[in-house]
Amino acid sequence: MSTALIDNTYKDPAVRPTLVLGGQDFTSITEKVCGIVEAPKPPRIWYICLAVAAGLTGVLFAMVGYLIVTGVGVWGLNIPVGWAFDITNFVFWVGIGHAGTLISAILFLFRQKWRTSINRSAEAMTIFAVVCAGLFPAIHVGRVWLLYWVFPVPNQMSLWPNFRSPLLWDVFAVSTYMTVSLMFWFMGMIPDIATLRDRATTRVRRIVYGLLSLGWRGSNRQWHRYERAYLMLAALATPLVLSVHSVVSFDFAVSQVPGWHTTIFPPYFVAGAIFSGMAMVVTLLVPARQLFGLKEFITLHHLNNMNKLVLATGSMVGFAYGIEFFISWYSGNPFERFAFMNRALGPYWWAYWIMVICNVFVPQVFWSKKARTNLWIMTIVCILVNVGMWFERFVIIVTSLSRDYLPSSWGYFKPTWVDILTMAGSFGLFLTLFLLFLRYLPMIAMAEIKSVMPQAGLEHGAHAGHGQYWGEIPHQHEHQFDELNGVKR
Amino acid sequence: MTGSEKQLRGLLAEFGSTDVLLRAAERVRDAGYTRWDAHTPFPVHGLDEAMGLKTTKLSWFVMACGLCGAGGGLLMQWWMNAVDYKYIISGKPFFSIPASIPVMFEITILVSALAAFVGMLAFNGLPELYHVVFTSRRFVRATNDRFFISIESADPKFDAVTTASLLTSAGAAVVEPLED
Repeated sequence: MSTALIDNTYKDPAVRPTLVLGGQDFTSITEKVCGIVEAPKPPRIWYICLAVAAGLTGVLFAMVGYLIVTGVGVWGLNIPVGWAFDITNFVFWVGIGHAGTLISAILFLFRQKWRTSINRSAEAMTIFAVVCAGLFPAIHVGRVWLLYWVFPVPNQMSLWPNFRSPLLWDVFAVSTYMTVSLMFWFMGMIPDIATLRDRATTRVRRIVYGLLSLGWRGSNRQWHRYERAYLMLAALATPLVLSVHSVVSFDFAVSQVPGWHTTIFPPYFVAGAIFSGMAMVVTLLVPARQLFGLKEFITLHHLNNMNKLVLATGSMVGFAYGIEFFISWYSGNPFERFAFMNRALGPYWWAYWIMVICNVFVPQVFWSKKARTNLWIMTIVCILVNVGMWFERFVIIVTSLSRDYLPSSWGYFKPTWVDILTMAGSFGLFLTLFLLFLRYLPMIAMAEIKSVMPQAGLEHGAHAGHGQYWGEIPHQHEHQFDELNGVKR
Repeated sequence: MTGSEKQLRGLLAEFGSTDVLLRAAERVRDAGYTRWDAHTPFPVHGLDEAMGLKTTKLSWFVMACGLCGAGGGLLMQWWMNAVDYKYIISGKPFFSIPASIPVMFEITILVSALAAFVGMLAFNGLPELYHVVFTSRRFVRATNDRFFISIESADPKFDAVTTASLLTSAGAAVVEPLED
């Protein structure tokens, strides 16, 4: 590649940054994105990653099978700690999903055009994370074959679920979230799958992509309704995503356990969810863009923006940690005070301080633009954020349960090997699905990217002056980012 | 199958850029055609106006479905917990609005989103795996980097010669017949 990449992280408020680098046109975008799917073989490292991830998925299935056959006693749960790794993993994975919806829906409503390069993969990440999340509540009920009791299905006992329970709200929130995210993702992909169909050279591809594209022919009468439906799905997904982690937080906040019974939980959980999810997007996209040569699409401008979101949401989370402590003191409630002192200094102090260091202190390096645009630094910070956010849920759930009102019923949770392997296995499932997505589906929203390019002709006709113009930068900045982008000149 | 003779179904014109397409669409619109369409790899802004399309009624459909979801969700919780199977849980009332809001909200979103997705497909007549435009070999670029206008022979204004010359004079790079 001989074209130099412009430093598009430079912010001049009068000029909108170029979103796609390397002098691309419509044809080259199609070639590049479809090329990943159409290449006879993916890079060797893809096979290695898939082998590891699929192996871990196998471990997950083995552990789930062992759990179902034996019973939840294979986990380290006890009384009083009846929720531990299972619900920690659940809340962690649901949270990961939130960044995908933020990028695809909320940034869409805010007209943040930079989302077009990353929204497809972020939405895919959402779906795979919710798949992992949904697994844990399903298996933690013990008798999984009775799981359908959580849904209002007419049954032989003429018994209905209890709608006054936050756990049931959760069933509705998470299953709605899964369904809506899946529709949003699939609908966004229809035009791109049609591109793959039209370029298909093998019979299998022609049939599979042909069926999946539903006969899309890019008709403007269809585009018109499609865009309207997309806008509405974005408008519906936005309150939905805010509600999902709020409802998840009700599982705790509506109960009366000290350390859980907190009104700050809904916004605090949502901020934490977006924080961890953004970190996961960066963790996945940095290697993906290197692997598949997508540096001109997922540019440093995109990564810089995402890292700013990590910093912003991380600081909100840190603020929430402080407020929790303040309120526990200010409430004058001795049980509340004890719960929080116990978190920081009690038997799980190590988990608490891992959480604080990873979530509050580490992301502060993102105040520096050098850190925000350095691939190694951002990857390490984002992995640590994910570690920290996993521990946040562990701290909230386990420390609160292990020390409630009566000292005679205090306990200590230690994970068993099944707990640990199930958690590791869920990462395997998540990565397996993501790797398959990278290889078999268009990982960049081609149609959306094309529509924000200068060649899309937005300066013409009815749209002149509507703020839709994404032209060339009039005076291009001279900073070259070749080394950072790994471009040889 | 009566024979191998192909029938003319319409004309397909190819354009190289959005500017030419927009101007051509305005001309086809002004010439009074009704059964025609533009095909583009991405939604081209300004094309709805250039084609004279009316805003879709999809939003109203979604709103109606969403309201049904909200009402239905509330009714379901009331009937299941306060009428059909009453049971006392921690002294809570059998039915109350605040406790019903989360589930009602989620059902509203679910039903509206399903309506938006399924409604979009239904209004668009999808899935429709065969269409005469797919018989054109050029048309594979409609999902890649080229812009097309197709005019159906079923259009009352359609005439193989004058329609073709309209498209050519509007800047089409190629005009070809669609037959099947």
